Amino acid sequence: MSTINKSVPKVEAKDKISGKMKYVSDYHVEGLHYAKTVRSTIAKGVIQSIELPPLPEGVTIVDYQDIPGKNVVKMIYEDWPVFAEKNISHYGEPIMLVVGPSKEMVQAVFDKIKITYQEETPIFDMVQSKVDYHFTKGDPQTAFQEAKKTIKYTYETGYQEQAYIEPQGFIGTLEDEKVTLIGSIQAPYYVKNAVIDTLSCKPEDVRIIQATVGGAFGGKEEFPSLIGCQLAVALKKVKKPIKLIYEREEDMEVTTKRHPSKITMEAAIDEENNITAIKSHVGIDGGAFLGLSSVVLSRAMIAATSAYTINHLQVDGDVYITNTVPNGAFRGFGAPQMIFAVEMFINHLAKDLNEDVHDFRLRHLAKQGDKTTTSGTFRDPILMPEMIKKACQISGYHKKKALYESSEKMKGIGMSWFLHGCGFTGSGEADHIKAKVKLRKDEADHVYLEIAAVDMGQGAKTTLMKVAAEVLELPLEAIHFANPDTDIVPDSGPTVASRTAMVVGGLVARAAQEINENWQSGKPQIVHKSYKQPDYMEWDQATFNGDAYPAYSWGVNVVEVSVDPASLEVRVEHIWSVYDVGKSLDDNIVIGQADGGTAQGVAYGYLEVMNHRNGKLLQKNMTDYVIPTAVDMAKTETVLFDNPFAYGPYGAKGAGELTLVGGAPAVAIAIEMAINKRVSKIPATPEYLMELMNND
Amino acid sequence: MTKITFTFNGKPIELHTDPSRRFLDVIRNDLKHTGPKEGCGEGECGACAVLINGHIVNSCILPLANVHHQEVMTIEGFSKTKRYAVIEEAFIKEGAVQCGICIPGMIIAVESLLNRNPNPSDEEIRVGLSGNLCRCTGYNMIVKAVLRAKEMGKGLW
Repeated sequence: MSTINKSVPKVEAKDKISGKMKYVSDYHVEGLHYAKTVRSTIAKGVIQSIELPPLPEGVTIVDYQDIPGKNVVKMIYEDWPVFAEKNISHYGEPIMLVVGPSKEMVQAVFDKIKITYQEETPIFDMVQSKVDYHFTKGDPQTAFQEAKKTIKYTYETGYQEQAYIEPQGFIGTLEDEKVTLIGSIQAPYYVKNAVIDTLSCKPEDVRIIQATVGGAFGGKEEFPSLIGCQLAVALKKVKKPIKLIYEREEDMEVTTKRHPSKITMEAAIDEENNITAIKSHVGIDGGAFLGLSSVVLSRAMIAATSAYTINHLQVDGDVYITNTVPNGAFRGFGAPQMIFAVEMFINHLAKDLNEDVHDFRLRHLAKQGDKTTTSGTFRDPILMPEMIKKACQISGYHKKKALYESSEKMKGIGMSWFLHGCGFTGSGEADHIKAKVKLRKDEADHVYLEIAAVDMGQGAKTTLMKVAAEVLELPLEAIHFANPDTDIVPDSGPTVASRTAMVVGGLVARAAQEINENWQSGKPQIVHKSYKQPDYMEWDQATFNGDAYPAYSWGVNVVEVSVDPASLEVRVEHIWSVYDVGKSLDDNIVIGQADGGTAQGVAYGYLEVMNHRNGKLLQKNMTDYVIPTAVDMAKTETVLFDNPFAYGPYGAKGAGELTLVGGAPAVAIAIEMAINKRVSKIPATPEYLMELMNND
Repeated sequence: MTKITFTFNGKPIELHTDPSRRFLDVIRNDLKHTGPKEGCGEGECGACAVLINGHIVNSCILPLANVHHQEVMTIEGFSKTKRYAVIEEAFIKEGAVQCGICIPGMIIAVESLLNRNPNPSDEEIRVGLSGNLCRCTGYNMIVKAVLRAKEMGKGLW
């Protein structure tokens, strides 16, 4: 078996530690101008008038009238304007840019712009469906008719902010007709394609370069396309280099968040207290524009029974449009909401049925060969029984559970079981992304990975270089992987959906293999490879039928908490995790993903609070929006199981998102045990726990 | 315009500028040192941390006037020391670096902590680093790196 999982020093670590690494705000360009975005101050209405002050020389206003192409940001749905024209759909919607040679000059103009609106009544409730999906598995109707009883609960989840430490932004330059944007981004070609449509220009007139990314977590998947389009329009008009980098408050107020959700689940129960069927409705709040929300909804719905097999399902879902900031990609992409609901539901069903939770879950756990929610097949071995045993053993789960359940001390231990589909949903990879990679060998026999994959801290550079080095039997020093530049690299797809190691890594391995087979020392060689879907994959997007993903990663989280009897504050005492990511390509990197992802998932469950009032977010900086500090985070222990996937490089599947999706239910179940009440909403804040405690 | 003098990474500096300016802007724009980063601009995340007389300070909420006659060290200066070499090796061995935007500030926090307490416990490390936010790592490997650094660097602090 390959020892590729043995950790090596991360290739970029030294430059990052010493402060030498350049992030987008560290670039210096001569003659740099600054841009600031003028935004709506209402949630819904129509612009009536815009009053501009006299503009000093060198200061320019850029708005929708300057767009040569389409005033829409190219995404899955094309409903998101680059600049608002007349209609305002959410607070903070971009209307124009003020561009000038100094921040002070820009600010002076910005402060004097007066916009009047005709306000309209905004919609904040989840009532206005823009996308609805439905699918069934088996025969849910008959199962419900024959049920001994049915049990129904509703679960709610709140916003979550990605809270990358580096705010969003680009620096743009113009040379002749060509726009070059350097930015903090996850998807260079998303930005490129969006800018081409907005400028209505030739592909070769847009060049996107990824700067080192200071954290992304999905937040830099689609949103940068909006900033990139605005900046490109400004560059064409101003014809000077321009910096458009958000400050923290602007970033938090206007960039995409994790969708708030409301999920209702109803189970049909038979004579043996087994679940025969589930009906679910998944509602997510898309915010003002759809963006990627329909895809987020799909992933949530497909996770409708998470790690369990239920033979009869009816799953319905809606994306609701509201007059709030658009929601979008965030690590997990719909799965965290659904898996929270599934895990709480299983737990609550077991309690209602007087069943031992552990035993009840085991009876429903998915096995190899079972049908997935979309009637595809779990083809690969499922190691969950062993993984669950391991998690129980390292955490002392059963003993602690017995102790805490019988004790008055407000302590609890919670466990979640979950899966995550690796890569794009359905035929996305084969039909839409069509990933390409290029490997180039030079005369010195050094090999260059020319791919669009982005290292945003998750270790893409080190792991993909290791894959190439291992196949080519070369030292890591002979492999090179620069930040993607669309003038050099082909479109390997966005760095999202836990697809990079498995899909792009798989292509890198195949390309390296070809170079290896035709190795000509001292001669330049170039190899291109394109994605080929595994033959077994069949997917019908209209009916949501078939294999939604080529592979699944699996996980178990155990979280131990104590709750302060007076303040009801939750303290996370310890976290244990067991993951099957196929084959780890570097143990430190995968465990680092596990530590960080689980921290985000657990914090989503109890700590991170974001709300809006009349469409305006109440938390807009790091003081108001609390993410875990080193003191908040508990010690974490992670065990990896080997379960190589035939189509992944050295057996690798997805890892990045898996580690987030189980955190919230594990902490919520632990809190339930500590307070002896049922949690049906996250984040489980002290205020919410107080409400539960008072409802006796 | 006021004359402000201070030691910057061991060298004397004299600036004639508005003393109320944010020290982070002076470091990044005037002195062209981009190791200290701006994460939040309000003293909450610690990405902009520098050492002033050996103690950690968030430069984004520090007026330039406050460094008059003080000794300032940024990550660029600190990276030339033996202590840095130990911390760097520990961070690399433990895999404590992901996106890296918080790391220069985090290294400054580790130096400041070990300066005060060369033998911190797990808990003391967590408290000592609690002014520096990291969204990638969950802090586990960072805490392990500090535990490793204090062993490797015995006698240096």
